[in-house]
Amino acid sequence: MIKNIRWKIVTILSVFVIFTGLGVYPILAQRYGLPAPAWLKSKQLRLGLDLKGGVHLVMRVQTGDAIRIFTTTTSEQLRESLRTAGVNFASIVPASENSFKIEGVAPDRDAEFRRIADEQVAQNYDRSSATGGTYTFTMKPNVEADMREQAVVQALETIDRRVNSLGVSEPNISRYGQSNDQIMVQLPGISDVERAKEIIGKTALLELKLVETGPAPSREALLQAHGGNLPEELEVVSGAGGGGDTSTQYYLVRKVAAVTGADLRGASPTIDENNRPAVRFLLTGDGARKFGKVTGENIGRSLAIILDGRVQSAPRIEGRITDEGRITGSFTRDEVNDLSLVLRSGALPAAMTYLHQEVIGPSLAAESVRSGVLASLAGLFLVILFMLAYYRLSGINAIVAMVCNLVILLGLMSYLGAAMTLPGIAGFILTMGMGVDSNVLIFERIKEELAAQRGARAAVNASFSRVFLTLLDTHVTSLIAAGFLFQFGTGPIRGFATTLTIGLLTNLFTSIFVSKTLFEIALNRRSATSKTISI
Amino acid sequence: MQIFSTPNFDFVRWRWYALALSAAVILAGAFLIGTRGLQKGVDFEGGTVVILHFDQQPDSNAITGALGGDATVQHYGQPADNNVMIRVKRVGEETGTDLSREVGRIVTTLKAANVGTFSEKPVGTTIVGPVVGEQLRRQGIMATVLAMAGILAYIALRFQFSFAVGAVVATLHDLLVCLAFLAFFKYDITLNVVAGLLTITGYSVNDTIVIFDRVRENMRSMRRDNLTHIVNTAVNQTLSRTVITAGTTLLSVLALYLFGGEVLEGFAFTMLVGIISGTYSTVFIASAIAIILQGRKPLKGQPAAAAATSTRPSKRRAS
Repeated sequence: MIKNIRWKIVTILSVFVIFTGLGVYPILAQRYGLPAPAWLKSKQLRLGLDLKGGVHLVMRVQTGDAIRIFTTTTSEQLRESLRTAGVNFASIVPASENSFKIEGVAPDRDAEFRRIADEQVAQNYDRSSATGGTYTFTMKPNVEADMREQAVVQALETIDRRVNSLGVSEPNISRYGQSNDQIMVQLPGISDVERAKEIIGKTALLELKLVETGPAPSREALLQAHGGNLPEELEVVSGAGGGGDTSTQYYLVRKVAAVTGADLRGASPTIDENNRPAVRFLLTGDGARKFGKVTGENIGRSLAIILDGRVQSAPRIEGRITDEGRITGSFTRDEVNDLSLVLRSGALPAAMTYLHQEVIGPSLAAESVRSGVLASLAGLFLVILFMLAYYRLSGINAIVAMVCNLVILLGLMSYLGAAMTLPGIAGFILTMGMGVDSNVLIFERIKEELAAQRGARAAVNASFSRVFLTLLDTHVTSLIAAGFLFQFGTGPIRGFATTLTIGLLTNLFTSIFVSKTLFEIALNRRSATSKTISI
Repeated sequence: MQIFSTPNFDFVRWRWYALALSAAVILAGAFLIGTRGLQKGVDFEGGTVVILHFDQQPDSNAITGALGGDATVQHYGQPADNNVMIRVKRVGEETGTDLSREVGRIVTTLKAANVGTFSEKPVGTTIVGPVVGEQLRRQGIMATVLAMAGILAYIALRFQFSFAVGAVVATLHDLLVCLAFLAFFKYDITLNVVAGLLTITGYSVNDTIVIFDRVRENMRSMRRDNLTHIVNTAVNQTLSRTVITAGTTLLSVLALYLFGGEVLEGFAFTMLVGIISGTYSTVFIASAIAIILQGRKPLKGQPAAAAATSTRPSKRRAS
């Protein structure tokens, strides 16, 4: 019996010491400058965004963009192949996001057309035909689903690279919600939300396209040379005119880009010949080959540098260029730095739309920490006072069990890296109030058993065994409720669910094991027939 | 110290009055919600919240006047902080980065309106677009419904069916009472309030289980007695525990309500109401429902057989 108790005390003390070291000591060390090894400091209780301050964003990836770009590129490539093979047709245009239509295929070349089309696009598109040489190509559903998924994954990776080069510590970038196209970004310690959004959400789609006509001051002026009609393989893009001219200018350019951001090897800030900030970019081997071919064949013409659908500049091609270029325009130094960053991290496959934005400034976060700590201390004080007043000595038993519970809770959260949030503190405080319940249940039962004239030891033993099932039931139902709170995702509420869940589990341990051991210690000093215990 | 030395209250006799009182509160709440509606927080309804830091405590009426009718303005945090929280129901469009446009509009309007000097960079902002608001609303309802279903299933597994129904009715009762009070005191329904409601679900069932466990135990030791007496004894035996637990939980939640700040106020209020209602419903409602569903017949301690014949509510009164 005595040996048994000794082991229990050793277990409880070591659990208490370990979790104090893990959960409580690092916080005190941080606050009062006490010495602590680095690995322990790194295990410090993590604070959620609402207590640390920072930016929380939810955005949607416009996956339709990726589908549309792919459809346009495919139809333009088919146009080139048909032209090379000498297959005549009236027109080939995108019909929707995921389909394009070709009309007026010459009847005598119909077989040849089908062969080329099947070879080139049948892998991704279903073909349907109508009379008069009309064909519609619609993207296969599984291909489309894959492509949308791919766009989100790629966006996630790109944002991750961008956030990393911003130097944010402990960012959280993950998919969000039940629909498949949302991404959540949490940036602790950042409060300049507009810059963060600019960098994260910038598509940064760089395209270098050959200019057919332009610049011109209006669309109409631009299209005059083509009899007012826009040729199918060309498009109109607007942008600022060169040389400090800020009025909007229009350019008629090829739809298919000579080189895109995907061909970039690097980008860095530089200055142009007028000492204005500019971005210098380097091309990959493959990109350099393509670029060399286009520039070599088109000396004397202009090349539009288009960023996110807007012409930045359209310099004349003076000679064959291979692996390097420069983007000039009216940029500030900061803009050039950010632009280099986003170009280096790659373009987003689609545009971003912001759905939810939350900024917690540093002073607001500090205020939350202050009120959280104050409420915790007040709660602790009130509950301790109540228990001592009502149960006297046995109250100490419950208080020891409760403090042990809180220490293990903090230690486990630090160890697991779970974030403490403001609602999490609410869960922490509730654990004090509701955790005591288990002890109350046991104490009240002991009182009853004592009233039934049993010996103290028998009363304690009977009470613990009778109450165990009740405790199990009450904890399981609370765990069910807490479990459903998790589905609110990574918000502060998840912090509440975390503290509540861990608190419930540790409470089972402390109220049964710790509390019972304390009673055994008290009873051990008395004779087996003792009839009283302070309760 | 002992609150009730040997309690022997006839709770069961009061059950019809208790049911009437509960029905009155819940109906009043339903009427309030039906006519005035529940005020949804920015999480669920969408909208823009801006917290601005002023040099001096500004006049919130002047701010409301400058921003127009639908803006709600209140002081935020410690009075010395001079922080003001402004909420409008609008958000920018969900295209590109337009969502946060309303923040800029509020700042420009207030600067022009000359309501006091404030720092142009807000201390904090929350902007919820309609898509996320809808998602959170759906998740909130789902979580509450699923939690109730999960608890019902667990109790049905561990207790007989009529007791499970009693526990869930008591829990539902507490949720409805909480909603009635939230509507009466015009609290916003936020994510935190929903978290409070879910916690109350767990808490209320806890309380009920303790009594039902005792009923189950008494059924074995008091076979001769009728159910009404057994239940009444169980409620009395566990009464001091019920009151003490409510007391400690109430104290900790009170600390949260007084010192936890604006963010947690709605949560703490929900918990305060829920704990009081939960204690009341445990004593009066849960057992009353169980008895009404069981009828007056004595139980032979065979839950399965009893459950099979007791799903039909009995109108007979047990004295």
